[in-house]
Amino acid sequence: MIPFLKSTAAIVWKDIKTEWRTRENLSAMLVFSLLVILIFNFALELDLRARESLAGGVLWATFIFAGTIGLNRSMAVEKDRGCLDGLLLAPVDRSAIFVGKTVGNLFFMLVVEAIVLPVYSFLYGISVFQPGFLLVVLLGSIGYSAVGTLLATMVVQTRTRDILLPILLFPLTLPVVIAAVKASQGFIQSVPFAEISVWVNILITYDLIFLAVAIMVFDYILEE
Amino acid sequence: MITVKKLVKRFGPLTVLRELDFEVNSGEFVALLGPNGAGKTTLLRILSSLMRPTSGFVQVASYRLPSQGAFLRAKLGVVSHQPLLYGDLTAAENLQFFSKLYSIGPDRIPEILDLVGLLPRRDDLVRTFSRGMQQRLAIGRAILHNPSILLLDEPHTGLDQAAGEILDRILKEVALEGRTVVMTSHDLLRSAELASRLVLLSKGKISSSVSTVDLDPVDLVDFYKTGLQGGQS
Repeated sequence: MIPFLKSTAAIVWKDIKTEWRTRENLSAMLVFSLLVILIFNFALELDLRARESLAGGVLWATFIFAGTIGLNRSMAVEKDRGCLDGLLLAPVDRSAIFVGKTVGNLFFMLVVEAIVLPVYSFLYGISVFQPGFLLVVLLGSIGYSAVGTLLATMVVQTRTRDILLPILLFPLTLPVVIAAVKASQGFIQSVPFAEISVWVNILITYDLIFLAVAIMVFDYILEE
Repeated sequence: MITVKKLVKRFGPLTVLRELDFEVNSGEFVALLGPNGAGKTTLLRILSSLMRPTSGFVQVASYRLPSQGAFLRAKLGVVSHQPLLYGDLTAAENLQFFSKLYSIGPDRIPEILDLVGLLPRRDDLVRTFSRGMQQRLAIGRAILHNPSILLLDEPHTGLDQAAGEILDRILKEVALEGRTVVMTSHDLLRSAELASRLVLLSKGKISSSVSTVDLDPVDLVDFYKTGLQGGQS
């Protein structure tokens, strides 16, 4: 277990270090997210009722599109100089590579979310700093990063990876997006937790199932 | 050390390796020659556990492949024509990262950087390195964990004369430490100088093999041409 954790930590450290130097991934994700939030803000300005009922959807549309930019870049870096082969040649459990890349992608998504949420809260006049709401953001991001990392690894070998990733990813993450939107909307509209809990449970179940499946199949999908 | 019997590798309708038999003894330095598309890189990728064979028997350092690839990887160093290094990390950070994956202490990093002549550039980003420097660091990465087998896939590709000579010196030092080395190359003279045996791969099969001790450098081209004709018959 300790070598597994050490390998995972090394991959996360490497991803954060390279991103800190270039800031290519984070800046692209952040600029894109802020633009989407602003565009929706102006588009929905005239209709306050629509704006309130769409707030959760706007937020998650922003997060998943920004997340896709990050996922594509994260695996492209591994492919560019044959670094993925370097990782595969290391005597580590290959699921440690998956967990390391997933945690790295999740970290970048959470950094973007931490910056976008206050802006979103200010522009839409919605209080998002509630533990339940933040838990939904975390659970949704975990599910999206796990499935996204798995699919990004699969498509990184293809020439059309930039197009292929969203085509494969969006249908597969539909349950997590729907559950995250419904749960977020529930918290925004102060719906009793008993009504929201079903969506939170779906998010937890989705995360557990897809993390387990991804860890099991990751070694297999890396085989050429 | 390496035993390959009746190895077949197909990519859809294309058969790249055709019932290939190949053997390398412990401590041998074998240069694998052959034209483009002969299957050299495919063979090396199978030996390094990066690719599954379609059929056949492959054993490296007494580990059967692909089933025991995870155990083999700790004893294997690979240098490809791509550096397998992160451009946005420094030379030292790259080795530090791989040392963590190989569970090696940080003490070996300056030693390796010194061996490949990059100690003064340890804190420079790899993307600022010349092709020759990147290839030297790639060799450093490959021998970081002191592997008993080295697989080199056209390590001289894109290097100028001076960089090639530095790489040769490093490879000779590495080979003198008793490692088993398999190197693919298009450079006959350089291969004859470095390796103890030349093996010619043509159309997915070994067509000829000769010890460099028995081979006069003037006969190199004849060996190559005759071998290719043999492979085509």
